[in-house]
Amino acid sequence: MSGINDFAFKMATVNGTGSASANSLLMQAIFRMGIPVAGKNIFPSNIQGLPTWYEVRVSAHGYMARPAQVDLIVALNGTTLAKDIKTVRPGGYVMYDSSWPIPEAIKRADVTFLGVPFGDLAASAFERDRDRTLLRNIIYTGALGALLNIDHEIISEMLREKFAKKKSLLDANAKAIQMGWDYALEHFECPLPFHLEKMDETKDKVIIDGNTACGLGAVYAGATVGAWYPITPSTSLMEAFKAFCEKYRVDKETGLRKFCILQAEDELAAAGITIGAGWAGARSFTNTSGPGISLMQEFLGLAYYTEIPGVFFDVQRAGPSTGMPTRTQQADLMMLAYASHGDTKHLIVFPANPYECFTLTVEAFDLAERFQTPVFVASDLDIGMNDWMVPRFEWDENYVADRGKVLSAEELAALPKFSRYLDKDGDGIAARTLPGGDAKGAYFVRGSSHDEHAAYTEDSDAYVKVVDRIKRKIENAAKAVPAPLFVRNPGAEIGLVTLGSCDAAVREAMDRLKEQGFHVDFMRIRGFPFDTCVQQFLAEHEVNFIIEQNRDGQLRSLLAIETGIPRDAMVAVLDYSGMPLTAKSVVDAVTAHFAGVDA
Amino acid sequence: MTSIQKPQFRHPGLPKNALGYTRRDYEGAMSTLCAGCGHDSVTAALIQAFWELDLPPNRAAKMSGIGCSSKTTAYFMKGSHGFNSVHGRMPSVTSGAAAANRGLTYIGISGDGDSLSIGMGQLCHAIRRNVRMLYVIENNGVYGLTKGQFSASADIGSTSKKGEANVQPPIDPALLALSLGATFVARSFSGDKSQLVPILKAGLVHDGFALIDVISPCVSFNDHEGSTKSYRFTREHEVEMTEVDFVPIRHEITTKDTDSAVTAVQMHDGTVMRFRKTHEGYDPTDREQAYLHVRECTKRGEVATGLLYIERGGADMHAVARTVERPLAELTVAELCPGKGALEKLMDSYR
Ligand SMILES: Cc1ncc(C[n+]2csc(CCOP(=O)(O)OP(=O)(O)O)c2C)c(N)n1
Ligand code: SF4
Ligand SMILES: [Mg+2]
Repeated sequence: MSGINDFAFKMATVNGTGSASANSLLMQAIFRMGIPVAGKNIFPSNIQGLPTWYEVRVSAHGYMARPAQVDLIVALNGTTLAKDIKTVRPGGYVMYDSSWPIPEAIKRADVTFLGVPFGDLAASAFERDRDRTLLRNIIYTGALGALLNIDHEIISEMLREKFAKKKSLLDANAKAIQMGWDYALEHFECPLPFHLEKMDETKDKVIIDGNTACGLGAVYAGATVGAWYPITPSTSLMEAFKAFCEKYRVDKETGLRKFCILQAEDELAAAGITIGAGWAGARSFTNTSGPGISLMQEFLGLAYYTEIPGVFFDVQRAGPSTGMPTRTQQADLMMLAYASHGDTKHLIVFPANPYECFTLTVEAFDLAERFQTPVFVASDLDIGMNDWMVPRFEWDENYVADRGKVLSAEELAALPKFSRYLDKDGDGIAARTLPGGDAKGAYFVRGSSHDEHAAYTEDSDAYVKVVDRIKRKIENAAKAVPAPLFVRNPGAEIGLVTLGSCDAAVREAMDRLKEQGFHVDFMRIRGFPFDTCVQQFLAEHEVNFIIEQNRDGQLRSLLAIETGIPRDAMVAVLDYSGMPLTAKSVVDAVTAHFAGVDA
Repeated sequence: MTSIQKPQFRHPGLPKNALGYTRRDYEGAMSTLCAGCGHDSVTAALIQAFWELDLPPNRAAKMSGIGCSSKTTAYFMKGSHGFNSVHGRMPSVTSGAAAANRGLTYIGISGDGDSLSIGMGQLCHAIRRNVRMLYVIENNGVYGLTKGQFSASADIGSTSKKGEANVQPPIDPALLALSLGATFVARSFSGDKSQLVPILKAGLVHDGFALIDVISPCVSFNDHEGSTKSYRFTREHEVEMTEVDFVPIRHEITTKDTDSAVTAVQMHDGTVMRFRKTHEGYDPTDREQAYLHVRECTKRGEVATGLLYIERGGADMHAVARTVERPLAELTVAELCPGKGALEKLMDSYR
């Protein structure tokens, strides 16, 4: 099971005590040793005081999903200690602060306790209270370094990079690392049976979170107007966009900026700003989470019906209502697909990791302008806020943005008459004009019923003509949104269907299932509306498991509605605990299903 | 609601402005409002103001929400793009459009329901953001389009058509704008074109958010005895604070400069606006005093009109955001994309 470069450990600490930097230091050090690594921050909706965990998975095979259990825990939060001790696998280790005794009642005989007097060590070495709290985390980093066989030189190098300009901090951190390291070497058998050994598997990789990747994608796609209202877990997306714009989009001479970020009064306004800017010809976007999308409904219908582009990032969190703001879920699928009153259907792209956050964000801007409609980027907290190891992002210098059908002055002049909603090319997409151009191209945007010439109408035929064309346009988009990703095994009769951040866990589950003799095919949905190949895949398999992170099987329902395959003919595999999916829960669900069938 | 077909004919002798356009060229689709609706008079005043200002229609954008008032953007300047958005949300759509293209003249038309109830938050924040735009509230004290319910601007005691008296205190958009720091605040009356047109012109060239509250009676639901937003009531209770005389600089200044009651304000485009204090002791450049005066009028049951407050527009949305002069919508993706080399370099920092 666990062994060299194949194990997981977690840190249980108190929010606001500075453990985040220690944890990312650990993760990055492992990454620099060339070993695949994934980190999951399980944090509270709180600024200070509530419990927080950071899980690190090391996997020579490159499995990046959340581990089902951990081999070692650094248990530094008194309030969760009893519970935390229970989460370690039998035969695992608990590292704790031995400055205080652990109550006998919560000890376990089947795990090894590694006591390190973190509190006493920190108190003996550092003067100020704040330093004692912060550097305690660095001391456990040092102890783990010795126990897990982390390359000491890599840690030192990282500290030198981080504190290049602050000698006193560098010294304090280096000292703390050494204290932990020496203590572990002296008191425990180092390294532990499971530990790290250098590999060469991370050369072409980076460690990045999805929100940063989306923000960067928006910069590369040429977005200039960003509107938002702060909400976890989407806030860091706009912060990233802003930071990248400040780096790449400020005129060196004048200091003037080629972007405009507006922090709106609420998400309704953020949607309005996005749509206003899209109408005026800029690439515009807004980033939010479920509650914000709920507020944007009316505007989304307006943009759909008046055919105005805009990119809407939904970094999903656990609902309903305020729900669990710092936990992950994929529970907005239905709302996104048919947002707003009346008949609507929206384009959605589903990135599975930060790499796709970057590429699909660029695609989303192209799709929005090509189809003149809102496009959702449906990310989630796990993708958006956790550090993922993914391939380095690349940029194709030959990329040409698809700005859609916007009439040039010459094209407009050549027309006998401009009709905004007239389908001249038969593809359902009517050419638009931008405000500021020639008066001949002027038209009136209205959310009320309009004919092909954008004139108000209550004539049923004229109304139907326009809404039917929009329907056709959106149907055609099924071929243009990102295609599903397939992994096929000849002869497989079982289909595993999933989307977004479930990807890693489901792929890992495929390997485990194969070991147990189950041959499965895999389809990861990456776009909505579904192309015909989605229906084909479902039809080809005896049993389809639809694996997703919500209570009601929203992807399964969407598949049923859109493909006509009966909902109950597909098996729902659901995890809506708010935690990233594990391979184990998928394997268990599949095996339990067949055990039930056999019985 | 009725719509009356107007005869379409072009009088060869119609006067032309500097762009060679007649007033007709600033008209739009046929109005479908009730005959006698105040909003149609505001539309007529807007047409006059655009024509006199030589505004190129294609360089303007007409923005509105939902309501009888918001419909009127279709009834003027057919050569401009128009955006009839959703109820109460025109300010955010305009903010976005202005962010994308700062080169256009934005004309926002709203109603008292659109601006003071459902869209109150958006109005306040557009003022705070200081979006450069003309913002006209066609204020009739009722929701016209939904058939006459009281709006948030209805005065206490004002009665509905069925005789029911309003009991909730009104929101005065002028006082609201003054308290939020708006740099141009005016009030006028749809029945007083000679006052309204110069105010609209001044608002159009103001280099910041310009709010004009126009009392615009609803003949179908709020023009009866007992209403405080009727033609008659407004005519009888209107008290003009300042009279605006808008003079594009290229024209000769005709009023005697010796007149001590006349103050001249230079607008950002070089034009000069002069106003004459018609009310003893009123100073439209003193925000606190203006606020008090308007409040006093309201207490006396009077309607304070004219230019209520003005200062230079200050830092608008783009000045605050420090955006480039060129409209963002005109920048190409190729210009905006940092490119391959930058990405390669950046990726090294994520290791
Ligand atoms: C979300 C929403 N709620 C309600 C309505 C119905 N509605 C249309 S116009 C209007 C009131 C308009 O009042 P006002 O802005 O004063 O315009 P007026 O018709 O008086 O000019 C209402 C409530 C709507 N269009 N949208
Ligand atoms: S209902 Fe009132 S506001 Fe609406 S058009 Fe008729 S008169 Fe005007
Ligand atoms: Mg009204």
